This record gives sequence, structure tokens and C-alpha cells, in this order.
Amino acid sequence: MLATLHAFAEWLAGTALSNTIQNVSWIIPTVQTIHIVCVAIVISAVFLVDMRILGVFAPTQPLASLSERFLTWIWWSILVLLVTGTLLIIGEPTRSVTNPAFAAKMLMLLIVAGLTRVIQRPLATDAGFWDATSGRRAALKGIAVASLILWSCIVFAGRWIAYVASY
Amino acid sequence: MIDAFCQWLYDTPWADAIRANELLFPWFESVHVLAITLVLGSIAVVDLRLLGLASRNRPVTRLIREVLPVTWSAFAVAVLTGGTLFASNAVNYAHNGPFQMKMLLMLLAGLNMLVFHFVTYRSVAEWDEAPRTPFAARFAGGFSITIWLAIVAFGRWIGFTIGF
Repeated sequence: MLATLHAFAEWLAGTALSNTIQNVSWIIPTVQTIHIVCVAIVISAVFLVDMRILGVFAPTQPLASLSERFLTWIWWSILVLLVTGTLLIIGEPTRSVTNPAFAAKMLMLLIVAGLTRVIQRPLATDAGFWDATSGRRAALKGIAVASLILWSCIVFAGRWIAYVASY
Repeated sequence: MIDAFCQWLYDTPWADAIRANELLFPWFESVHVLAITLVLGSIAVVDLRLLGLASRNRPVTRLIREVLPVTWSAFAVAVLTGGTLFASNAVNYAHNGPFQMKMLLMLLAGLNMLVFHFVTYRSVAEWDEAPRTPFAARFAGGFSITIWLAIVAFGRWIGFTIGF
């Protein structure tokens, strides 16, 4: 598995696109800047909704309207993040493809994207869904805490790709 | 004089500890990035409302009252972690072009905020619930979001240009 990933990274590093990204000095900082701006949109949208669930942000506002106002932004941003992230990998494949911080980041992203959908989806058709029973209210708070922790760890893991050695 | 101050900062035990432990810098940097994402995102919520591009049916005063504590808390964390990162290599940062631009732009963002708060915002009662705000408010929002995007860009550029 690791050997295959290494071979893949080596192949990717030799492609014309990778060489262009490596050799034109402004591409990587520019793509990273767009990447960070989209991270800011996702983190802020998710944190504001999670903080609302935990009662520390805009507690008088209905969760469904907050979810509609903020969470709808994140899916487009994640799409841009996947594109810019892929460009960064193509530019420096040996830095990320076999990097444990990168693997952790992708795993956490999958989990937390699922959790975010779990919060958002029922609200679209039933604004009172999460308020219906005490069990649901407790579950929602648990998901919000998990979401805050996981998204924070994703930002940390992203920055640590630059510091953790690849296998 | 600025160089003397930076050198003093560089020589503090605190800055020395960051340089001595190679894991401390990335930890502070990660918290700095997390704080910046919240600063940028929460400012954008207000700016987009002023521009009439989002939250159009929310009263401006309520939106600002709700969002601003998030912005200021995150900003405080960003300044503390950023100051620590700066101290670890103070003289070089002070002479770094993108760093100087970033500081200048933050000053501009602050001035824009003061003008908005003490001039434009005084008449907010007249346009609090209006989806379309007056020109001065739209200008403040557009100027703010532009500056903050540039601050992120210059911030990222520091890492590619800083000398050690």
C-alpha cells in the first residue's frame, strides 16, 4: 500500500502540471490563500451553528434559519477546498500523499462532513426536529461538541502537514 | 528604535523557548490560523450584510451585536498567538515586506471600522432593517472584506519570504 502510494507520488511529481506548479513561484501561495479563505468560510459557518446549539451564540434565533443561512455556504466551499487541495497535492505530492497528518485530516473530514449533514438535513423539512425530544436535544449537543473538536483538529492537521515527516 | 525593541523581544525567555522547542512554533501557528479563520468569517458575515449579499432580512444592529463578541474573542487569540510567533524571529519579521503590508492593512481595517462605527453607524436606526443599506455602509463592508482577504494573502506570503 505504502509502496503504491510512493510510486503514485513519484509519478505525480513528474507530470507537466506538477512541474508548472512547482516552478511558478506565485501559484502555491495563491492557491493556499484561496484554500485558507474557504477554510475560514467553513469554520465560521460551522462554529456559529455549533455555538448556537450550545447556547453561546444568538440563542434566540431558530436553529433552522441559522442552518439555512450558514450551513448552505459550506458545501460550495468544500468543493473549492477539494479543487485547491488537489492542486496543492499535485504541486508537492511527496509532501502530502504519504503524510500521516494529511491522512488524519482526510479521515476527520469525512466523519465531520457526515455529522454536519446529520445536523442540517432534518432541519430542511422539519424546523423543530432537534427540539422534539430531550434525547434529540442531548444528541444534538453531543454532535456540536464533536463537530467543534473535529473541525479544529482538521485545521491543526492541515498546518502540521508542513511539519510532520512523510512515510 | 523599532529594531532595538524587536531585538529585546527576540531575547526574551518566552521567544527563546519558542526557538528552542521545534514543536511550539507549529502549535502557536495552528491556533493562529484557527483564530484567523473565525476573525475573517465572522467579519465577512457583517460585511456581506452591509453589502446586501447575505442575511438581508436580519436587522443590522442585532447581527452586529451577536457576531462581534465572536470576532473580538478570536481576534484577541490571533493577536496573542501572532505576537508570540513574531517574537520568536522579531527583527526578521519587522523587515519582511509582506509582514509590513499585513500590519499596514490591519491599521487600515481598524480605521475603516472606526469611521463606520462613529460616523456611518450613528444613523443605523434609519436603515437597520433595510435589505439595502446606504452607500457609506456598503462601502465600509466592501472595503473591509477586501482588506481582510488581502491580510490573509500577505500573511500566507510571510511564510514564503521570511529569512532566518
